[in-house]
Amino acid sequence: MAVKETHGVRFEQICKSFGEVKALRPLNLEIKPGEFLTLLGPSGSGKTTLLNIVAGFLDPDDGRLILGGQDVTALPPRARNIGMVFQNYALFPHMSVAENVAYGLKVRGVKGMALQRQVNEALEMVQLGGYGERAIDQLSGGQQQRVALARAMVIEPDLLLMDEPLGALDRQLRKHVQLEIRRLHTKSPRTTIYVTHDQEEALVMSDRVAIMRNGRIVQIGTPGELYEKPDSAYIARFLGESNLLPVKVLGVEKDRIAYSIRGYEGTFSTPAKGQAENTPGEAQLLIRPEALRVSQTDGNSLRVVVEEVVYLGELTATKLRFADGQEGWLRAMKSPAHQPGAVIRVTWAPEDTRLLPAKD
Amino acid sequence: MTRVETTHAWRGHDQRLGRAAMTFLLFLPALIFLAVWFVWPLGQLILLSFQGEDGAFAAYQEILTSEVFRIVFFNTLKLAVLVTIICTILAYPAAWLLTRVKGFWFSIALYCILVPFWISILVRTFSWMLLLERSGPVNNFLITLGVTDQPLKLLFNDLGVYIGMVHVLLPYAVLPIYSSMLKIDQRLLLASDSLGASGRTTFFKIFLPLTLPGVTAGATFVFLLALGFYITPALLGGPHNLTAAMLIDSFVNERLVWPLAAAASVILLVIVLVVLAVTSRFVSLGSSVVVK
Repeated sequence: MAVKETHGVRFEQICKSFGEVKALRPLNLEIKPGEFLTLLGPSGSGKTTLLNIVAGFLDPDDGRLILGGQDVTALPPRARNIGMVFQNYALFPHMSVAENVAYGLKVRGVKGMALQRQVNEALEMVQLGGYGERAIDQLSGGQQQRVALARAMVIEPDLLLMDEPLGALDRQLRKHVQLEIRRLHTKSPRTTIYVTHDQEEALVMSDRVAIMRNGRIVQIGTPGELYEKPDSAYIARFLGESNLLPVKVLGVEKDRIAYSIRGYEGTFSTPAKGQAENTPGEAQLLIRPEALRVSQTDGNSLRVVVEEVVYLGELTATKLRFADGQEGWLRAMKSPAHQPGAVIRVTWAPEDTRLLPAKD
Repeated sequence: MTRVETTHAWRGHDQRLGRAAMTFLLFLPALIFLAVWFVWPLGQLILLSFQGEDGAFAAYQEILTSEVFRIVFFNTLKLAVLVTIICTILAYPAAWLLTRVKGFWFSIALYCILVPFWISILVRTFSWMLLLERSGPVNNFLITLGVTDQPLKLLFNDLGVYIGMVHVLLPYAVLPIYSSMLKIDQRLLLASDSLGASGRTTFFKIFLPLTLPGVTAGATFVFLLALGFYITPALLGGPHNLTAAMLIDSFVNERLVWPLAAAASVILLVIVLVVLAVTSRFVSLGSSVVVK
């Protein structure tokens, strides 16, 4: 399959309300050509509404949608050249696998040998060569998902949309298909917008992730940026596990921020560069469970009580209780086995912490 | 359930037996009723058809070689086919409208389709006689509009029969088609749209094929009911609008040849069974009637 020039997408002040409910507040976003962008958020955050607007199934109340430099806001779905993979696949039940894949090509006037060849290539691509004659209901969920992918990609869309395409698959299969989609994307990069509420999916597959909440994009960045430098406790909690401790920011001195932790004496500090919060006052301190270590010395450490030790195979998770009663986790490849009730000290590297606003 | 069956195989067996017995008991009153009032008389009818004065197959021989009977059966089939086609064509957009309207207008539309079900077929047929007569409202209206200056002959001919029968049978076509349209996943239409198909293509390639089971079911109901129609053609038709049912009636009431009437009935029944057997190979008629 020839890879053709792929288009970028730009949202300009797109907004949408359903009655009183503001599904999307004025939203701006630019997606680069060939980029795999995931919209991540809980249900009701507006991610599916945004996807439906891109597809043309919904009209925005206001704003413009630019696809490859062209304003497509007023175009019907059929004129947008967008491939869509639906949540329940939406395969045509009265057609065979090959007929499903051929549908978009036939509509475009592809016939005969060319049609046959492109359909076969698309099925080979999703590793379903030889399944063309099967009926849709003879396929497993994972196979149906791949037919849906082939059907959307065979038309060489300028933009590929996926609406929670792995939601119906079991965990094992989901991991497999995630990597499969990633592989196809790396092989022929095509601008893709992927909607999910599964954080792991977002981290594995995306070039960038946009986290949505109440009709807004609250933060956008690469999976690494979002995980390591979240802007708020909400995002920290949404992506991965986190220890969030209430702290008081005392002030900025040179290039370090000093703070105290509730329930503990003494002051601590962290590099000021790139922190989300640095104004004196209430704040939250984020330390990821894997950044915590058991310490033998007193410096830069906290006394905690071991509540529970959970064996996770390659990792051991230790549930901790901090001085102010807050619970937290320490995760390590091999942490010394502590008995529940033991008092230990935990420490961290100052640059592995992040100060976040007190409010979500 | 599987564990119960493996570890307590006997008790599981008893439970299944108990359930089967219960099912049978619940069916029993209806079964007895049907056996006494339907299966028994039907058996009598079939026996009767072989009791002609000139031998067992005399009645069938007379019917199958009779020119009149052939013409009447052909007319009945033609009538049923045409009524079925007209009903299906009219029902399709009506069913589609039903899936589109909401709330108050949905109730109105649904009642328009269902109310005729609740009124006796005799009353409806007489109403059509009043509406369609020479100086009836329909003719008056057409004359006022200037469509015609002479009253049109709307009664006691093919036209009257078609109008009356289509009116009576239309709901039987609308409901299964409506049901099949409701079952279509709207995302399939969106998928077709996003793949670049025009509204026309989406209709002919996706929507229509997916509603075909409903269309087949509706058409089958209409056709089978139309085959045995009696009152409407008898009252609204002319002398040449003789149907099989009317012929059977004349065998019984005028010529008093019961074996002949019985044989004609059996032939009609066989036609109905053949049509049912053929269509049920393609669609499950039962599942098409139940809405949702």
